[in-house]
Amino acid sequence: MSDASLLRLSLAEARDGLAGKSFSARELALAYNDAVEEAKPLNAYITATPERGLEMAEAADRRLARGEGLPLDGIPIAVKDLYCTKGELTTAASHILDGFNPPYESTVTNRLWQAGAVMLGKTNLDEFAMGSSNTTSFYGPVENPWRPQIQSQMEDNRPRVPGGSSGGSAAAVAARAALAATGTDTGGSIRQPASFCGIVGLKPTYGRCSRWGVIAYASSLDHPGPMARTARDAAIMLRAMAGHDPKDSTSAPVPVPDFEAALTGDIRGLRVGIPKEYRVDGMPAEIETLWQQGAEWLRSAGAELVDVSLPMTKYALPAYYIIAPAEASSNLARYDGVRFGLRVEGSTLDEMYELTRAAGFGAEVRRRVLIGTYVLSAGYYDAYYLKAQRVRTLVMRDFATAFEKVECILTPTAPSAAFAIGEKTEDPVAMYLNDVFTVPANLAGIPAISIPAGLSTDGLPLGLQITGRAFDEETVLRVGEVLERAAQFRRVPSFVAGGRE
Amino acid sequence: MALDKTAVAHIAALARIKLTDVELEPLADELSSILTWVEQLNEVDTSDVPPMTSAVARSLPMREDVVTDGACREDILLNAPRTARGFFVVPKVVE
Repeated sequence: MSDASLLRLSLAEARDGLAGKSFSARELALAYNDAVEEAKPLNAYITATPERGLEMAEAADRRLARGEGLPLDGIPIAVKDLYCTKGELTTAASHILDGFNPPYESTVTNRLWQAGAVMLGKTNLDEFAMGSSNTTSFYGPVENPWRPQIQSQMEDNRPRVPGGSSGGSAAAVAARAALAATGTDTGGSIRQPASFCGIVGLKPTYGRCSRWGVIAYASSLDHPGPMARTARDAAIMLRAMAGHDPKDSTSAPVPVPDFEAALTGDIRGLRVGIPKEYRVDGMPAEIETLWQQGAEWLRSAGAELVDVSLPMTKYALPAYYIIAPAEASSNLARYDGVRFGLRVEGSTLDEMYELTRAAGFGAEVRRRVLIGTYVLSAGYYDAYYLKAQRVRTLVMRDFATAFEKVECILTPTAPSAAFAIGEKTEDPVAMYLNDVFTVPANLAGIPAISIPAGLSTDGLPLGLQITGRAFDEETVLRVGEVLERAAQFRRVPSFVAGGRE
Repeated sequence: MALDKTAVAHIAALARIKLTDVELEPLADELSSILTWVEQLNEVDTSDVPPMTSAVARSLPMREDVVTDGACREDILLNAPRTARGFFVVPKVVE
């Protein structure tokens, strides 16, 4: 097979091709190593690991030849550079982690390697996963492989953001520079970039995938999860990534189902909630239309549409922007120039801390650490932090009430298509509003998937989101796959490695 | 809540981030606009609502109090900017 045709395969197809010996893991790894190189202008990777990938592929070939193939044997994947990888530079896209070489491997990546996956490299992200545009990275912004289809020179043809914070992972998967990738989702960081780049992104239930070895942003909201080209690929990835881990005290001791087996295509009689509060001011009409179209697709497939109410939707975002910075200010206290990363010398210990953190943290990280410090400080803790945690209880109750009537909820993933690089950088609150539809699932810890469902008028991808009950990723994936089939999203980005057909 | 330069300087000192005088003014504006925006939470009546403490309805697991890891001093010091004789080195803190 030619390199270009290898790159076009989905993960499930590549797995079957490897098992059937249509091509070798080495051939696939070589094609993807070239693709990573070809996609360099997107800046999706911070570190490429071609030699290591090739060694892993050759080991996979030996297992496959012996008939001892593992679930992901020979599948080339990218790792968000927030996961610690033993012996490979791990940056969190921050200057403050300069030269950090973890002496340990995150549980999730370890599981992926144990399942036979091949490492292509570490992908770019917003610094410490704080952002919705992948423009806060110390290593520069990532470019979305989709470019707007403009009709006249008056229109805005600037490169688009890939979304964030898992922007490098999303861009790499969309541009065929990775077959799948890991992401993390604290307020939408898997789903919003998946929507912007026309791929599938799944935030599992809190506790489904271990957080051990994933650099912490906001521990009660951080969710590792898969990003892939299809719902089936996401199901295969999730099965390999998930599972109880004693090293993460919030990891759930529950069995991992065969998520792929849940993709029956049968959603007859399933009740799908449509929450009226997701019609927000200023949302483009095309997103409203796509949402209605999505509901119609599911109804045609036999689902029953049910109106539900999630009255706290509007308040989820401001609650998030208290809770997440509060946890971040505490988690990021460890970056002090003593044990790892950047150090700026000072005459006293405090001065060394202050100079190191001033030089090492970018503008958005600073803002969030300062907000977090403030809302946790004496005299403000009750008014801000506890208030937000009470609202979080109400957000969870909203979902609990809705899930008495329905098995899942259909909404748009994001209130817009990908915006231009450089847009929304002046006003932090305007940037935060991108997460309005994704944040509630983080506050409640429930699973949600983004499925590419259509294009905006200027030809950029738009996603629809399915949110489900805790530990019911199977329903979320099953409905997601039905949506994917109905949408027949087959458009290819402006840039793909190996060329557009 | 509007924060002034003095308040931001105090928060930055608590967070151990050195800020120059020219950085304080724009940060005061940005932080004030974020705080004003989050204060819409005051529209919500939460008088009888307990604060959420965990997304999962489960108590923290317990295990035997035994050593499960250790004897890896080299690994721990591997990434340190300055070390000496098996220790991290920091500026003098005791006169």
